[in-house]
Amino acid sequence: MYKILEKTVASTGVNKFVISAPDISKKILPGQFIILRLHEKGERIPITVADKNVAEGTITLYIQEVGKTTIELGRLKSGDSILDVVGPLGIASHIEKFGTVICIAGGVGTAVIYPIAKALKEKGNKVITILGARSKSLIILEDEMKRISDEFYIATDDGSYGEKGFVSDVLNKIISKSGDIPAANIVYAIGPIPMMKVVSGITKQHNLKTIVSLNPVMVDGTGMCGACRVTVGGTTRFTCVEGPDFDGHLVDWAELISRLSTFKGKEKESLDHSCKLPK
Amino acid sequence: MEKIPRQKMPMQDPKERIKNFSSVALGYTKEQAILEAKRCIQCKKPTCMKGCPVEVNIPGFIKKIAEGDFESAVKILKEKNNLPAICGRVCPQETQCEIVCILGKKGEPVAIGRLERFAADWEKKNSTQNTVHSIQIENGQKIKIAVVGSGPAGLTCAADLAKMGYKVTMFESLHLPGGVLMYGIPEFRLPKEIVNYEVDYIKSLGIEIKYNMVISKTKTIQDLFDEGYKAIFIGTGAGLPQFLGIPGENLKSIYSANEYLTRINFMKAYKFPEYDTPVKIGKKVAVIGAGNVAMDSARVSLRLGAEEVYIVYRRSEKEMPARLEEIENAKEEGVKFFLLTAPIRFIGDNENNVTKIECIKMELGDPDASGRRRPIPIKNSEFTMEVDTVVMAIGQSPNPLVPKTIPGLQVGKHGNIITDEKTGATNIPGIFAGGDIATGAATVIDAMGAGKRAARSIDEYVKKVTSNG
Repeated sequence: MYKILEKTVASTGVNKFVISAPDISKKILPGQFIILRLHEKGERIPITVADKNVAEGTITLYIQEVGKTTIELGRLKSGDSILDVVGPLGIASHIEKFGTVICIAGGVGTAVIYPIAKALKEKGNKVITILGARSKSLIILEDEMKRISDEFYIATDDGSYGEKGFVSDVLNKIISKSGDIPAANIVYAIGPIPMMKVVSGITKQHNLKTIVSLNPVMVDGTGMCGACRVTVGGTTRFTCVEGPDFDGHLVDWAELISRLSTFKGKEKESLDHSCKLPK
Repeated sequence: MEKIPRQKMPMQDPKERIKNFSSVALGYTKEQAILEAKRCIQCKKPTCMKGCPVEVNIPGFIKKIAEGDFESAVKILKEKNNLPAICGRVCPQETQCEIVCILGKKGEPVAIGRLERFAADWEKKNSTQNTVHSIQIENGQKIKIAVVGSGPAGLTCAADLAKMGYKVTMFESLHLPGGVLMYGIPEFRLPKEIVNYEVDYIKSLGIEIKYNMVISKTKTIQDLFDEGYKAIFIGTGAGLPQFLGIPGENLKSIYSANEYLTRINFMKAYKFPEYDTPVKIGKKVAVIGAGNVAMDSARVSLRLGAEEVYIVYRRSEKEMPARLEEIENAKEEGVKFFLLTAPIRFIGDNENNVTKIECIKMELGDPDASGRRRPIPIKNSEFTMEVDTVVMAIGQSPNPLVPKTIPGLQVGKHGNIITDEKTGATNIPGIFAGGDIATGAATVIDAMGAGKRAARSIDEYVKKVTSNG
C-alpha cells in the first residue's frame, strides 16, 4: 500500500498527489514513470513522475481525469492509499549541457517536462519555456516553470491567458526571430500527441533536434508484452523499456494515434459501468 | 485377475466448457485415484523417478494413495516438490516421468501426474493444516538470500533455501506472485486459487515476497548485496515477446500472447467491466504459433466469444511443440488448424484495424538445428485469410532487464544468463540463475528443477564464504 500524503486540485480536472514511495523516490530520475493500480479490480496505468522528495520518501504526480481510473483516483483524499505503485520505469531523459534548450509543454505534459527542464537548467543550459493549454484554468506548475526558465511564454487556445494560440505559434515566432542562428540546440516537447506531432513537424524543417515523450497504452511497463510498441525510424520499439523519450522526427505518429484508440469503446463501457456504482 | 485400465480423467463437456473459465479437467475421484495407484507395480529400481526434474519419490507417494493414506502421500510429494498441485496440472508428464514408466512399454503408463494432482488437491480440501508442519525448519533463519522473480524457478529455489534454514526474500516486479503460473496459464488449466494456495505454503516456510520491485530499476543487484544478502538467485524468466518483423504487425488488435494472456489471466479482463482492464477481441481470431502458449491463447479466445479461432503454424502437426493433451482439448473445443502456413504480412482497414493476413503455404525440408524439419515456402501459394484479431505466440526470449544491468555478467547470444547447468552459478560469485532466464523458454518443471539445483549450490557457496570469515 502506498499512502497519499497530500492530494490537491492543481487545475480543472487535474489532481496533484504526493505519495509515500521511498524506494522509488530514491531512484527515480527526470523522464521516468511509475505504474499504479488503485485496488484489487483495478487496471495498471502509467504516470510520469513530476517531482520527488528523497528525504521524505515521496513522489509527486499530476493526474488528469480522463477515464474510469483517473476519475476514481480523483475521488481519493489525503490519507487514502493506492494498492500498487511500481517504478521507476523507462529510461531517464538525456540531460547534458546542450547550450540553449526549448521546453514545450501542453496541458498536463507540464508535469512531465518540469523535472527535465529543472535538470537541464541545473546543468547550465539556457531554458526557454513555452507552456500551452486550452484555457487559463488548465495551466499547472506555472510558477515552478517560471523559476527555472530564462525565457518564459504561455499560450492558450482561447486567449484567456498569455498569447492567444498554440505553443507551435510561439515556437514559430521564436524561430523566425532568431534569423540565421538556430533558435536552440535541442527541443523537448511533451504533451498531447497532436501538439508533439506539430512541434516535431516544425522543428524538422529547421533541423532542430526534438525529443518527445510518448504515451502509448501500457500493461506491465517492464518490457514483457509489447502493448506499448511504437515505430521509430522504421523499427519497432517498446516505449516502457526503450523510452518514453524518442526522437520526434522519427516517430510514426499516425500509428501511435491509431493504436491509442484501440480500446476506445471499452473505455467508455468501463466508465459507464463505474457511473452506476455508488460514489 | 482382470487388469485395471488407466483411469480416464473426468472432463467438462467441450460444448459447455467453452462458455466458462472453470477447470476443464475435473480431477480423479477417491475411488479412481486408488484404482489408478494400484496399477503401479512398485519397481525396485523405479525408472519413473529419473524422468522427474525435481526427483519426486513417485512409487512412494503412489503406494500411499493405493493404501488410502492420502496425508502420507502428500508428505512424500512435498519432500521434493514444493508445488505439487501445479505440477500435477501443467507438467508434460508424457515426456518426463510417464514416458519412462515400465507399464508404458506394453500398455499405458501409470497416470503419475493425475495422481500427484489428486494428492495435492486432497490436501487442499481435507487437511486443516498445510503439511508444512511435517517439515522441520531449522532455527534461526539469519543468513539472507534474495530471490529475484517469483515464478516456478524462484518459488522452488526459495522454498528449498527456507527449508535449509535461510532467511529468504523474494522480489517480484508485478503485483502478484507466480510469474507465468499467474499471468500466462489460463484459469481453466490452472486455477489462480491453486497458485495462491501453493504460494501461501511457500510463504508459510518463512519467506517474504516483496511486490512491485523491478530489480534493476527499483533496486539493483548491487543494492541487494549492499543490504546484506549473501547470495542472489535470478529467476526472471523469458518474458520478452518475439514478433515476426513482417509488415503490418503494429496494426490494432494484433497482440503478443504475453499481452493478451496478461490482460485476460492476470488482470482478469475476462471479467471486464467488473475488472477495469479491457481486452478487445473480434469474431475471427488467428493465433500464430503452436506451442502451449498458442493453445492457451486460442482457447481463451473461444471463451471470450470468438466465433472462429485458427491456429496458424508453419510446420506440420507432428512438429507442434504444445502438449498433446492441450492440442486435443483445443480441437475438441473447435479450434481450427492451418498447418504448413506462415503469415507474410498483415493487412488493415483505413482505421488501422487488422482485417486480413496474407499467408504462404510451406513444405518441409531437411531437419534444422532443433531437429525439426525446416519449413520452406512454396512459390505462388499465397492466400489471404480474414481475421479481426491476431495473437502472436511464436515464442519468448529471456527478459533482458536484469542481466543488462549487472556489469560483467556473462550473457549468451539470445540474452540468456550463462550458468553452470549443474549448479546454476553465473560467472559472478554469489549470483546464481535458473529457469527460462538461463535456458530460454522451457517448461515449468524444468524451471523448478533448476531452482532446486541452484538452492543446493547456494547453500554450498554460502557455507564456504561464511566459514572463511
